Amino acid sequence: MPITNDMKTKNLTISMGPQHPATHGVLKVVLELDGESIVKCTPYVGYLHRGVEKLAESMTYLSALPLTDRLDYIASVCNNVGYCVAVERLFGIEVPERAKFIRTMTCEMARISSHILGVATHALDIGAMTVFLYSFRDRETLLDLFEMLCGARLTVSYPRIGGVRNDVTQEFLDKLYAFTDTFPATIEREYETLLNENRIWKQRTIGVGVITAEEAINWGMTGPNLRGSGVFYDIRKFAPYDAYDKVEFDVPLGKNGDVYDRYLCRMEEMKQSNRIIRQCIEQLPKGAIMAPDAPKFTLPPKDRVLADMESLIHQFVLITKGPIAAPEGELYASTEVPKGELGFYIISDGSGKPYRMRLRSPSFVHVSALPVLCRDAMVADFIANVGTIDIVLGECDR
Amino acid sequence: MAMVLENATAPIEVEKGVHIIPGANTIITAVDKLVNAARVGSLWPMTFGLACCAIEMMTTGSSHYDLDRFGIIFRGSPRQSDCIIIAGTVTKKMATVIRTVYDQMPEPRYVIAMGSCACTGGVFDTYSTVQGVDTFLPVDVYIPGCPPRPEAVMEGIMKLQAKMKKEHFKWSKWR
Repeated sequence: MPITNDMKTKNLTISMGPQHPATHGVLKVVLELDGESIVKCTPYVGYLHRGVEKLAESMTYLSALPLTDRLDYIASVCNNVGYCVAVERLFGIEVPERAKFIRTMTCEMARISSHILGVATHALDIGAMTVFLYSFRDRETLLDLFEMLCGARLTVSYPRIGGVRNDVTQEFLDKLYAFTDTFPATIEREYETLLNENRIWKQRTIGVGVITAEEAINWGMTGPNLRGSGVFYDIRKFAPYDAYDKVEFDVPLGKNGDVYDRYLCRMEEMKQSNRIIRQCIEQLPKGAIMAPDAPKFTLPPKDRVLADMESLIHQFVLITKGPIAAPEGELYASTEVPKGELGFYIISDGSGKPYRMRLRSPSFVHVSALPVLCRDAMVADFIANVGTIDIVLGECDR
Repeated sequence: MAMVLENATAPIEVEKGVHIIPGANTIITAVDKLVNAARVGSLWPMTFGLACCAIEMMTTGSSHYDLDRFGIIFRGSPRQSDCIIIAGTVTKKMATVIRTVYDQMPEPRYVIAMGSCACTGGVFDTYSTVQGVDTFLPVDVYIPGCPPRPEAVMEGIMKLQAKMKKEHFKWSKWR
């Protein structure tokens, strides 16, 4: 057949996911392709919708805490802390200094663990397998430390409303300090040597998935995705919670807003987290780890429960009915999780259970910005873009 | 022996590892062992992460725990894999997808339900969650935990391997 100019081609529509190794969970994206370039990209979410918001309405404030673990399961402590901060502000609970520092420290451990996994899977998707294997070795150290702290590796439920569950041991602090001694050098020696100047990595990431600062703000992006475009916005600096106003750290910013800059931001954030952990260990004050208003909102200490009738009754009522004297009101509190801004909007109607718990999850917002990142992109760039927004579908679909 | 063979319908074990198919003049000796050893030694699960458990599954597969030493390599396509690890919460929207993926796998195929959510629905007793993956898939091994530790995942896989080693005559198309 002779080739003529009036030959027409049809766009090809393919469905990527929900079972695809590179979609980070159960994201489904329908791509309309003209050859290899993406004409249209439509994400479909909801494959992991578990009904967490509705489920929380039938639980007491204390028992809804483990649900937040399973949102962003890579950095579960950050989610716990986000929830606890929201409930504490709603009820006006004052957290002791020591608990604040412990929370900050564990949050930053989770941040390192999340960024390290994000970079690793991103590199694996693009084809750099070695980074994946190295990073899981370092992540294992952190998971062991979590286990030492509270017995769980991944879904820890360690913070409590009004403090933390148990005190840290000196052995834990020593091990964590030893980890922070070597970790920045490990980043520089291993990850950055493998990726920063890697020709393939640079070709696949520089100038790919560009989003300008204005667009990023308009799409509601937060976290390293927003900072990669050069916008200085970090809740840890602007509305400090826990002990973030007592530690020093820098907020790394990118320039071009492409995949490479977002990657550099994450790497630098890991070093800053390392700095925060060190400061927390050095400045860790002595004192209580739970707020003292035990009968009202927080559980009484276990030794008192076993010896004292009054405390036993308080514990029983708090566990079965929730805080009875909970004031009415509504509140939105946001915290900086590794993915961005995690917000909890809680309405209390005076009963022991939240009337409504609404989540503002960064992953959901970032998925909706995926079509913007995929403008004029090739299919291969789509994989780079999914990796760079670092989404967790548990949090996105809730 | 002749009397036994005439009345029998299933293969008969005459000595350890040696089977006779009645009426077919066929003796199956070490084929079971050979085929089972090959299947057990190269069990390829499918890369299919659903939720939190997928992270622990990845941990089990990567450097520290290293599933490669059991001959286990994760494959991206259902058509090249022997076993599917349901790692995480199964929602009603996802259940149809899982069933499709399972149907695409070649036989013999095995299912491991990993974690509380896949086993029973776990803490998520809600309108959108399937209460246990065994409502629509034949599950071989259940691994409890929320999420299970990598050691538990390894034990689950070894339990499946022990089950596969006991299989008899499953390689034949007349089974």
